[in-house]
Amino acid sequence: MNAILTIINRDLRISFLHRADSLLVAGFFVITVMLFPFGIGPEPGLLERVGAGIIWVTALLATLLSLNHLFSEDERDGTLELLLTSPVEIYSIVIAKTLSHWLTSGLPLIILSPLLVAALQMPSNTILPMIIGLLLGTPTLSMIGIVGSTLTLNARLRGILMPLIILPLYIPILIFGVGCVDVESMNFSSDRLYMVLLGFLIISFTLCPWAASTALKMSFE
Amino acid sequence: MHALANPNKFLKIAKIIQPFAIIIFVFSIIPGLLFALIVSPPDYQQGETVRIMYIHVPSAWMGLFSYAIMAICSGSYLIWRYPIANMIARASAPIGAIFTTLCLLSGMLWGEPMWGTPWVWDARLTSMLVLLFLYIGYIAIGNAYENPEQGNKASAILALVGSVNLPIIKFSVDWWNTLHQPSIFSMEGISLDSSMITPLFLMVIAFQSYYIILLLINVNTQIIDSKIRAISLRL
Repeated sequence: MNAILTIINRDLRISFLHRADSLLVAGFFVITVMLFPFGIGPEPGLLERVGAGIIWVTALLATLLSLNHLFSEDERDGTLELLLTSPVEIYSIVIAKTLSHWLTSGLPLIILSPLLVAALQMPSNTILPMIIGLLLGTPTLSMIGIVGSTLTLNARLRGILMPLIILPLYIPILIFGVGCVDVESMNFSSDRLYMVLLGFLIISFTLCPWAASTALKMSFE
Repeated sequence: MHALANPNKFLKIAKIIQPFAIIIFVFSIIPGLLFALIVSPPDYQQGETVRIMYIHVPSAWMGLFSYAIMAICSGSYLIWRYPIANMIARASAPIGAIFTTLCLLSGMLWGEPMWGTPWVWDARLTSMLVLLFLYIGYIAIGNAYENPEQGNKASAILALVGSVNLPIIKFSVDWWNTLHQPSIFSMEGISLDSSMITPLFLMVIAFQSYYIILLLINVNTQIIDSKIRAISLRL
């Protein structure tokens, strides 16, 4: 527990030192969503119908961006080797990295989402389902992303390979996350969809750290 | 099963199985196609286009089966480090990818006259598409490493992670009541007429034996390849 907190502490401090990185990812999120009104056009009602999908897909892409430098920085300066040869369990290291990644990339997305819901002229009863959906979905995205990130640590063409592997696994979360918002916008309750997202979160919290720690061990043999 | 891990033993067993597989393939594809295309009756609703089912269902089954074999062999490779397990998994991947593509394409050809649209984003079609992406990702990550051992392990982990998709595909027609037809197997028995079960069954056996033939050829080649590499390294 102490080790996990120390690693999270260190990661958060480094992210604050390079806070431009997290701000860039958040900025990418906002700018890309803002492109869609220009691209789709001023037709009334169109933007609010596709708005949930736009925000979620862009959140996925922003998470992918932030995953790129998740382990590669540490690997380049040897910190990862030190961590892996230390008495701390690799499982704890993975959990700590996932949490710090979510805090620096998922949380800004959740905080910015109400702004974008308003920008896409979506009805005001969709703000809460968007926030809760992202709150339940982005940790899962971080965890699946960590698996993809550690699997492709030393691979060639990592920038293209990682999205290819991670995005098919992101699709169910995307479907249910958008479903939450769409169902609420039609004034039905989306409680069941929140449960499904929570289920994904629990499954990925059980399976992904194991897969990521195996991948880390394998990349350092 | 662990005795199969010895490559020479596997080669011996493969040599025995191969002629049987070829015979089974020939004796199931010919009557299968005959029954499917000519003898079996046209459907009362769909007419002659029901015959696409005899290609679509076996290739869907083989896509799932290949991924299951790939996942099981990847698991056994990660646990016991048998090179044969990895070879079988690597061999299954392109075969399974092509079967899945065939399933999706034949489904599109069938959907256009039947549903009015070649594609719809219902659960089964979407999860089969995800299966295809998983196959492509498996092949891509296996070849993305300078060190082949790292590539093998990375792709093995990906195969295991993606195997959560298999129950989703299988039960998707039960969980969501959307466009794709529900399963024909139930507690009351098979809900398909016997004149259609026979060609379907024959085509499944044909596709299965074809898979075994291709798999054995590919694994044989991989084993011989590794032997040549070992000899050339010693020289």
